[in-house]
Formats: sequence, C-alpha cells, structure tokens
Amino acid sequence: MSTATHFKYEIVRTFRNRIFYAVTLALPLVLFYAIATGQRSATQDGVSFPLYFMTAMAVYGAMFAAVSPGARLARDRSGGWTRQQRITPLRARTDIAAKVVTAYLIALPSVVLVFLAGVSLGVRLDATQWLELGGLLLAGLTPFIALGIVLGYLLSVDALTPAIGGVVVLFALVGGVYGFQLAHSGPLFDVMKAIPSYWLVQAGKTAFGGGSWPAQGWIVIAAWTAVLVGAATLAYRRSAVRG
Amino acid sequence: MVDNNAPAGGIVLSRLSKSYGQVHAVRSIDLTIAPGETVALLGPNGAGKTTTIDMILGLTHPDAGTVSVFGRPPAAAVRAGWVGGMLQTGSLLEHLKVRELVTLMASYYPHPLPVADVMRLTGADEFAGQLTTKLSGGQAQRVRFASALVGNPDLLVLDEPTAGIDVAGRHEFWQAMRAVAGQGKTVLFATHYLEEADAYADRIVLIAHGQIIADGPATEIKARAGARMIRATLPGIDLAALGALPGVVSADRHGDAVLLSCSDADTALRALLASFPAARDIEVRGGSLEEAFLELTADEETADAVNVHATAGAVAAGGTR
Repeated sequence: MSTATHFKYEIVRTFRNRIFYAVTLALPLVLFYAIATGQRSATQDGVSFPLYFMTAMAVYGAMFAAVSPGARLARDRSGGWTRQQRITPLRARTDIAAKVVTAYLIALPSVVLVFLAGVSLGVRLDATQWLELGGLLLAGLTPFIALGIVLGYLLSVDALTPAIGGVVVLFALVGGVYGFQLAHSGPLFDVMKAIPSYWLVQAGKTAFGGGSWPAQGWIVIAAWTAVLVGAATLAYRRSAVRG
Repeated sequence: MVDNNAPAGGIVLSRLSKSYGQVHAVRSIDLTIAPGETVALLGPNGAGKTTTIDMILGLTHPDAGTVSVFGRPPAAAVRAGWVGGMLQTGSLLEHLKVRELVTLMASYYPHPLPVADVMRLTGADEFAGQLTTKLSGGQAQRVRFASALVGNPDLLVLDEPTAGIDVAGRHEFWQAMRAVAGQGKTVLFATHYLEEADAYADRIVLIAHGQIIADGPATEIKARAGARMIRATLPGIDLAALGALPGVVSADRHGDAVLLSCSDADTALRALLASFPAARDIEVRGGSLEEAFLELTADEETADAVNVHATAGAVAAGGTR
C-alpha cells in the first residue's frame, strides 16, 4: 500500500484540468495589469498601489486555488466515485491531504506569476521580504482550503460552482482584494479584521514593513482554520454514510 | 446448509433491516456465505439487493441487525483490503487514463494483482490509454471490473455488473469472472437475470420486497422457479386436451398461439408433436424471473406477497407483448 501513488495521480488530475488551471493563473494577472498599470505611482493603505494590488491579486488567485479541491471533491462525489473509493482501504485523510497538496501546487505558481507581474510594474522588495510575503500568503490559505472541502462535501456540483465563486468574491470584497477597503474604522472595520482575507491582503504591508502579522492576524487565521477543519470533519462524516 | 465454522467466518448477515421512511428496503435478512462461494442475489428492481450490498460494504448503516465480513465489521474488512466492489452507479474518476486509474486502485491494497494481468483479463488493455471520461458504457464497465479486481480482495461484491452491457460484452464479462472465482474468492453478485444467476452462481438467493424467499443451489432454485415454457402456433385446439398432455402443468392461448407451462418440457414436447402434428413455430424456453416469482410466492398469503404478485405479473404481462 502506498499513498505516494494517490498523491501522484491527484496531482496529475489537477494539471490535466487545463482550462481551470489556465484561468486560475491568468485571471489575477489580467486584473493586475488592467488596474495597476495606470496607477503605478499611486499609494494605497500606506504602501504603493502596485504593491498593495499585487498582494491583493496574489491573494485572489491563491483563494481560487485553495477552494478548488472542494470543487473536485464535489464532482467525485456526485459522480459516485467517492463511494467507490470508500470501499477501498484508502483513508479519507490521505485523500484530503493529497487535495491540500494540489491546492498549494496551484496556488504557488499563481502567486509567483503575480509577483513577477508586480516586479514588472516597479514593485521592489528584498529577498527576505518576498519570502515573508509569499510565506504569509500560503500560510493564510489554510482556512480557504478547509472551506472548499466543507462546501465540496455539502453541496451538489450545480450548487457548488456559484457557491464557491460567491464565497470567494465576498471574502475578496471584505478583505480589500479589489483595490479598496470598505472601511478604515468603526464596526465594519472590526468585522473586516476578523476575516482571514483581510490579513492576507495586509501581508503586502506587513512584509514591506519587514515583519509578520500582528498576533490578531495569526489568531484570526488559526481560528477560521480550526472551525472550518472541524466543519469539514463533520461534513465528511455526514456524507460518509447514507441513511 | 453451509459450514460457518471456518475461522475466516465468511459473510454473515444477521436480522439485517433497513428502511427509508415508509419503505422497508430490507426486512430482517439472515444470510451466511461461506468463503469461496459464488452467490447470486437475484430479484427484481426494488427488491432490496442494492441496499443489502451497501450494508455489506459498509456504505449504509443498518437500522437493525449486523453484518460480519470474515469476522469483522464491514468498515474494518474494507480497511484491511479484503473487499473489492463494483457498484451499480457511478462515473469513473475523471482526468485519468484507464491504466492510471487501475494502477491507482491497485495502490490502495496491500497485495494487489499485477495491473497488466488484470487489464488483459478484463479486456481493459484494449483502451488503456483512453481518458476515463471517453469510454463507452461497456468499456467503463470493464474498467470498473478491473478496478474491483486489481486489489486482489478476498470478497468481490458486484452490484448488477452487466447492467447496460450488450450480450457479447456480458459473455466476455462472465468468462473473466469465472477465471477469478476459480481462484477461491468469495463472490456475491446481484442480478435480475435468472439465466446469469443460474449460469454463474453456485447458489442463488432469491430476494423480493426486502426478504429472502428462496435460497439454495442454482439448479434447485431454477427447478423450483423456472418451469420451462413451450410456445407453439396451433389454431383451434382445445386447451383442455393440451393441458392433459404428459409433462404439461397448464395451457394458455394467445390468439393462434398456445403457451404450455411444463414440469417436464422434453416429455411434453414429444407428446405435443405426436398428438398435434400441425403444431409449428415451436419455441422452448426457460421461465422468466417474473414467472419464477409468481411460482415461489404463490402460496404466501401476506399482503406483501400479493403486492409482489401484482407487480411481477404486470412486468411479465408487459414483457410478453
């Protein structure tokens, strides 16, 4: 018995879904150039607009990559393959682990491409800052991966596509991914600071300042991850057995 | 009955029940399958075959009763790699080629068979490089069979494995199946074809309305269930005279055709030709499953048996047009 084969083919399957992969890579790049090109010298939230928006678009692409295993899960489930898989010795956690790995394999090149686009529009960070920024983005993806898996277990394929799109857009909006923040103070700002995508977008600023998130950022990411992993476990149990 | 003192224990279902709302899918089934047996679960659609199989595989929890697979609960037997299954529904994993999928399935099991051997045996090697989403129904079914087999499980469970395959495909499937069953595996398959159950199982368990209504060697069940029928074109003949022929149980008329239900079709046919040389277009065939159900449930007087009767009768009537 070897779990390596399962990881290998899970990765093969991801990259054979070329349209999805191409769109996930291209969409943030297109948006980045379309919006940031004309605002190269503007500033936003205390940093240059290209740096802010580069981070935002890296978050955007990475969020789509992070929820994508959920979509694959829903398709496997609706096609009946999950039932077939369940009568083999494969453990659900191996399958989930493989899907998490594929999420990162899509997110990583997406983030790197957007960084390169940022450089082309004049974003300059030193090596440590790039690594910090990239590291924070990938670490902050965990709640979104778990969210995708929750939705993948709960929803049908038909319901999942709009649900995932809507959820990502909502997190993007509240987190400031679209290039503007909904609020800078007051109750709405407090809500924003409790949302993981806000901290992801802020990673550009914190890395530029040479640091990581404040404790609140880590707590928000960890809390969302814990709650959603719990929900994913429940959703798995619910879908595991009919009746 | 079967010897269930074997240490491995075989498959034991004990007072197994499952309802979905008002529908009693499975009602207190007791069944023991010895290691190495090939057993057919035979019944019409809605008889409870799939629900029973899902409970043996651990995909559905029983409301009451227990399942033991080689002495363990289904989930533990599955985790040990003792079980391979071919489910009735379900597409294959997408974005993989056939050989990759079978290799993937093999990787889940502790002692898999060589992928190339299984591909050849099931005929899946003819389209090994195709994507799983670009297969015909018959090809997909072969891949499903290869997937169930490649793990080299001790128990092979097949839920209507030939549904949707043409006659030639069916024949090939059962040939491959025979080769496998010969290796000492325990095989349980569900079907609604009496001929399949008769040809490929050591033992037939007849199930209707969630209950076992007959259980025994294939030949015995068939003898009880499958009275043979003779059909002939023979206008204007007195039915009573036909019914009195040796080996004939009853006679019916459909226009110019007569239909003789026989306890001994050989004797009946000889007598028919001797007494009525004008008989032509003669056909001898095994009784259908529906006729078998009518036969086997005829003496039951519960409301459910009457229901089975009515349903089976309707299907049989529809089928002869």
